Amino acid sequence: MATQQSRSAARLMMAPAVVLLLGWMLVPLSMTLYFSFKKYLPLRGGDLGWVGFENYSRFVSSSAFWPSVQTTLIIVGSVLLITVIFGVLLALLLDQPMWGQGIVRILVIAPFFVMPTVSALVWKNIFMDPVNGLFAHLWRVFGAEPVQWLSQASLPSLIMIVSWQWLPFATLILLTAIQSLDSEQLEAAEMDGASPLKRFWYIILPHLGRAITIVILIQTIFLLAVFAEIFVTTGGAFGTKTLTYLIFQRVLESQNVGLGSAGGVYAIILANIIALFLMRIVGKNLDA
Amino acid sequence: MGGITLSQVSKRFGTTEVIRPLDLEINDGEFVVFVGPSGCGKSTLLRLIAGLEDVSGGAILIDGNDVSNTPPAKRGLAMVFQSYALYPHMSVRKNIAFPLKMAGMNKAEIAKRVDHAAHILSLTDYLDRRPGQLSGGQRQRVAIGRSIVREPQAFLFDEPLSNLDAALRGNMRLEISELHQNLKTTMIYVTHDQVEAMTMAYKIVVLQNGVIEQVGTPLELYRNPANLFVAGFIGSPSMNFATGLAAEKYDATTIGFRPEHLKLFAEGGDWHGTVGVSERLGSDTFLHVNIDGIGQVTVRSDGDIDIRYGDTVSVTPDPARIHRFDASGVALQ
Repeated sequence: MATQQSRSAARLMMAPAVVLLLGWMLVPLSMTLYFSFKKYLPLRGGDLGWVGFENYSRFVSSSAFWPSVQTTLIIVGSVLLITVIFGVLLALLLDQPMWGQGIVRILVIAPFFVMPTVSALVWKNIFMDPVNGLFAHLWRVFGAEPVQWLSQASLPSLIMIVSWQWLPFATLILLTAIQSLDSEQLEAAEMDGASPLKRFWYIILPHLGRAITIVILIQTIFLLAVFAEIFVTTGGAFGTKTLTYLIFQRVLESQNVGLGSAGGVYAIILANIIALFLMRIVGKNLDA
Repeated sequence: MGGITLSQVSKRFGTTEVIRPLDLEINDGEFVVFVGPSGCGKSTLLRLIAGLEDVSGGAILIDGNDVSNTPPAKRGLAMVFQSYALYPHMSVRKNIAFPLKMAGMNKAEIAKRVDHAAHILSLTDYLDRRPGQLSGGQRQRVAIGRSIVREPQAFLFDEPLSNLDAALRGNMRLEISELHQNLKTTMIYVTHDQVEAMTMAYKIVVLQNGVIEQVGTPLELYRNPANLFVAGFIGSPSMNFATGLAAEKYDATTIGFRPEHLKLFAEGGDWHGTVGVSERLGSDTFLHVNIDGIGQVTVRSDGDIDIRYGDTVSVTPDPARIHRFDASGVALQ
């Protein structure tokens, strides 16, 4: 963008995209803010006027609020941990030359293409069903009592389902990162006397730092909004109610748009706090 | 200390034989250069010695011990790679200290050795920088530093200067030679550049298609090339060849004569031709002369010669400096 002319041309051409994106964000955001200060009950009288911060205080003082924040953080944290650790290991494995590499890679990536609703239903009915699920059969083979996955171990089950969906994404990004590592660096480390484990720790892992950062940032954005998996499995019961799900219940089940909007604003604040922390902790990896 | 013996070493990748069984003796403290065109197997041979590739046959001995199945780290060799292979996320200090840290050496000793190496290679001011903040020549020195701290039995260099610009390459050539004089450690150096080979080597090994064509000191190879390939590869500009009548006069299928062993006359010489392009270097002039019945010949002449494109000249080779080759390309004595 050297000349004055090309700069203004660039601005003109970017304008539609900027306007569209701004509108896309600003309209829902301002509507959420607008409703959050109103008592708005669509089926019980509609718009009942301004109420100030009453929705905000009611949302936080509800007994479901703090547990839902905790559940959200547990799900996001556990899924991140599982996908990054197993993603690195799977990427290392897939990087090895082997027969049928292409097909194996496609198979590994496949879960990412399954819609969240579908994959949750598949897990719920085929694997985790306490009577006819594959896990139940497996438990019975060993003479054990089948686990009531979604009621007895609801949170771990949910984490398992969501991790299964996001593992391919992490693996894919980390695999490309591993492939971009200069093989001479590994050979140099080998000559320098580093064992395979030390080569992983001192050469491969630091090289993956940036890719891991990207995986964490992108996944966090999506994991904070996990909804379909909860909706079709536990319906928010058994301690699986996340903040997103609580908002959904307030708006659609209790038909209280104002209260739900206030929850939405809290969700935005929570997401920003997490984003700030993430940028502090891992964001510095993106420089240099 | 650091004598390396290759005995019937060969290497196959699948069905292609990259290195045919070969024998080579590298004495302790020697500076040996493997030279040859790309794809001749010189880098593979170095990697076999380093242990980064397994030999398909034969044995590699260091100080008389068979190390063919010893992992690279246990062979006591250090290698400098073409891409330098520095660890980008570590400072220069940590890069140089890495092999010592892997060997589990104590921190005081590591610091002492790193400082010593940094001093030798004038890297002291750069120890806390990352490789990304260094110039090509400095990175090269860090890579060398990383190999000297280990005090290895031998150094292996894999085309270390090919990523540097011409001026820097000349400097690094001197520095590496100087380092060898100081350390007196065996060095094996791979290059495709015959100038590097000639200027640095104590012993040159010329390779082609996985076969050793000739082994000798730079001047031996220059004076008595064993065959056409070595004759054409060693020396710059490369040797001129002539076949047919001109060669039959000397009882050979092919004769070779270097540009510097040709004399120019206005007329009255053995061969006649017209001057083509001339390359003036100041100190010398390389004339490309098209000689009747022989073809394009390079003649080295003094820098001030007054000659132009299209002039006719007469050329005479120094009869004592003519190399004769038989039909299979082997030198005749």
